[in-house]
Amino acid sequence: MAKLKINGTLVEVDADGSTPLLWVLREQLGLTGTKYSCGIGRCGSCTVHIDGKAVRSCVVELSGLEESQDIVTIEGLSENNDHPVQQAWAELDVPQCGYCQPGMIMTAAALLDNNPAPSDADIDAAVTNICRCGTYNRVRRGIHLAAGIKQNRRSS
Amino acid sequence: MSAVCVKVSRREFLIRSTAAGAGFALGLHVPMLAGSAVAAEGAEGAAAEADTPEINAWVVIEPDDTVIIRIARSEMGQGTLTGLAQLVAEELECDWSKVTTEYPTPGENLERDRVWGSFATGGSRGIRGSHLYVRKGGAVAREMLIQAAAESWDVPTDECRAGGSLITHLPTGRTTTYGQVASAAAELWPPEHVELKDPTEWKLIGQPVKRLDTVDKLDGKQIYGTDLKLPGMLNAAIKACPVFTGKLESFDAAAVREMPGVRAVVAVEDNAVAVVAETWWQAKTALDALPVTWDEGRHASLSSADIEKMLDDGLRSDEQVFVGNANGNAKEVLAGAAKTIEAVYAYPYQNHATMEPMNATARWTPERCEVWCPTQNGEAALEATAEAAGLPITQCDVHKIHLGGGFGRRGAFHDFVTQAVSIAKQLPGTPVKLLWTREEDMAHGHYHPITKCRLVGALDADGQLTALHARISGQSILASVRPRGMNEEGADPVTFQGLQADGDHAISYTVPNLLVEHAMRNPPVPPGFWRGVNINQNAIYLECFIDELAHAAGKDPLAFRRSLMAEHPKSLAVLDAVADKIGWSKPAEEGVHRGLAVVKTFGSHVAACAEVSVDEGNLRIHRIVAATDPGYAVNPQQIEAQVEGSFVYGLSALLYGECTLENGAVVQSNFHDYPSMLLKEMPKVETIVMPSGGFWGGIGEPTIAVAAPAVLNAVFAATGKRIRSVPLKNVDLG
Repeated sequence: MAKLKINGTLVEVDADGSTPLLWVLREQLGLTGTKYSCGIGRCGSCTVHIDGKAVRSCVVELSGLEESQDIVTIEGLSENNDHPVQQAWAELDVPQCGYCQPGMIMTAAALLDNNPAPSDADIDAAVTNICRCGTYNRVRRGIHLAAGIKQNRRSS
Repeated sequence: MSAVCVKVSRREFLIRSTAAGAGFALGLHVPMLAGSAVAAEGAEGAAAEADTPEINAWVVIEPDDTVIIRIARSEMGQGTLTGLAQLVAEELECDWSKVTTEYPTPGENLERDRVWGSFATGGSRGIRGSHLYVRKGGAVAREMLIQAAAESWDVPTDECRAGGSLITHLPTGRTTTYGQVASAAAELWPPEHVELKDPTEWKLIGQPVKRLDTVDKLDGKQIYGTDLKLPGMLNAAIKACPVFTGKLESFDAAAVREMPGVRAVVAVEDNAVAVVAETWWQAKTALDALPVTWDEGRHASLSSADIEKMLDDGLRSDEQVFVGNANGNAKEVLAGAAKTIEAVYAYPYQNHATMEPMNATARWTPERCEVWCPTQNGEAALEATAEAAGLPITQCDVHKIHLGGGFGRRGAFHDFVTQAVSIAKQLPGTPVKLLWTREEDMAHGHYHPITKCRLVGALDADGQLTALHARISGQSILASVRPRGMNEEGADPVTFQGLQADGDHAISYTVPNLLVEHAMRNPPVPPGFWRGVNINQNAIYLECFIDELAHAAGKDPLAFRRSLMAEHPKSLAVLDAVADKIGWSKPAEEGVHRGLAVVKTFGSHVAACAEVSVDEGNLRIHRIVAATDPGYAVNPQQIEAQVEGSFVYGLSALLYGECTLENGAVVQSNFHDYPSMLLKEMPKVETIVMPSGGFWGGIGEPTIAVAAPAVLNAVFAATGKRIRSVPLKNVDLG
């Protein structure tokens, strides 16, 4: 039994050590917000946070994780769908089909944690997730808007 | 368009299935509970909804005034769910903040004599193909609510008005809510006739309201097909013969049967094998370890080079050639012309690559088969289910789930449903979720068809176009997918999208002598409708060649186009709009170059102007101005989203989209060798939505067609190089 800290709670997982974190989340823990799309770490649909960093969970094996690590999924990003990125996304109606968006949102949230006021070039470098519907321009605007929301929350 | 008076058919209101209404009042948010086997196990929620009054097929109103609008078409990101709800709500005069939506099932549609019409969601028809009857559905429900209120007050209906989910008796000012009269309204006969509003009276149609489906897409709550979980469900991973038309010969189930979680190893149809396990990851792991032998069949050596030979033959041969559009005598004029220009263009196979790989969940018993799946066409999915289940269609149903991308892949083809049912049939009573790997999705697409096109144009001494001959050579979609859609001669009219004489896909130019032909050459690679379909390559062929002609004539590409568009004022208007906004009359910034494209397709007029630079061979697309005239704009902010998204889909195809064949199979296997455009490559997009009224055009596809030619024409302006074969990843721009 492996122990993991997911969204602030310690959980026990009964799965083969070679199982990718993505499938542990989806099939052992029922956290299906994290999506499978490519399985090779290319598209970013499965992005979660591990110790505050955006990580593609389809290429992280269970055996490589420790219970001291903080793993946060889209379900744990906020209590009430009110993380600045989620608020900005709602304001701009960013998602289309929405399948890539949990990964997109987790990527954006990690970017803002490390860089509260990212430039367009910073966003270009950090957001390498694939969206086939084509939400990129709203994602960019959403990140700028979320940076502002975060800034306002901090100062108020 | 003035107010429309529409007759109401009694037929569509005769069957009032409270059972149906009850079951799917829960449907949209928790699709696996909808009228299903699972609902039977935990029917509490459904029972609680049993008294919810269905006013008519389109509208259910709960006592707390919640308005449930039924949506027949599928939501796959394109925003149709919200747009259709706007259309119903406009006539219903309900409070928009109280609107929610749900999908009826195709089985219910069948049972109710197709009261919801077509479920097909493709061809950019979601709004334009159903606006009239869904508005009528809203208007009929409104009149019934008014009548119920008037009867309760014992006053004439014409003294009552509806608005904001309230009914007011004008002389006394008394009011009641929709929720209060809904039960009484549900008992009434619908009115014989209803008046639809004139577009000038619309209050909700035309407003940039927020999507109804955004919130659940922000925190992981939105359930996609891949996320379904049913009690007792097992998971399946599948591998089909990688060679098209190849078969499954044998597999060694004993080699994997003891692996963790494995419950069954089964043949699927005659060409695939699946492992069924407790979890999908276990199933996939065992499938990877499963020894399989394929009978690759007669196409085992097929390569892209073989296909190219077939297409090259079609550029010259007179066999299997069909005329799609002709006027004057193009061949004669070309033969005698002082100056002719000739070019050959090519467009490759492409995969839809929806972010959510193909999947379906099925539960089969000898009496009933149910499927839960993302589909663009619930009715087609139901047909596939019944056929694979070996059961009458009335003993089957399909529960639709929001799609993680469709793009045409999940409309005409339900191979994934057939497979899921075939697997479930081998495990009676057990729900099985089949999920394809990305690799399986790349290997077994229904690909954007491959074509080439040879164009010859004649210019007179003044540089005016006098004749144009376009010979398309390549694959027909209909020949493989829908032969009944071909005309009597055996031609595929869809091949001529954007080049037709009239209609939704008419050519935007007047050419005095025109001949458009298709030499049909069908390689054994399954083709499909791929967002935009044949306009994607036809727009490159025509719009890039028009640019070549303008250059040869020594004319400005805008002026040259305009000289051919006097009889196409709406296309001209969108072209002028982009030229005006980009500042065509003034030079671009230093190092930045422009290209234009304009088409009419899916009933809409669209144009784009791209600004690019090419620095040491590196292309950068800086800015695109796009204009669209869809006739009516139901939700302008969603149109903007579709236009922006169309550039991602269209430019991904232009930059990277190519599937090649080797040893009978597709070479590309995942996003590393079939890349998609990334955010850092995305230009600024400025969208002009300019609905001119009087017609209903599509939104989801048209703009894709102008993305590639606008950029390619700009690349020529930047480099002097004509790129006639895409994708650009194969081209050295240095």
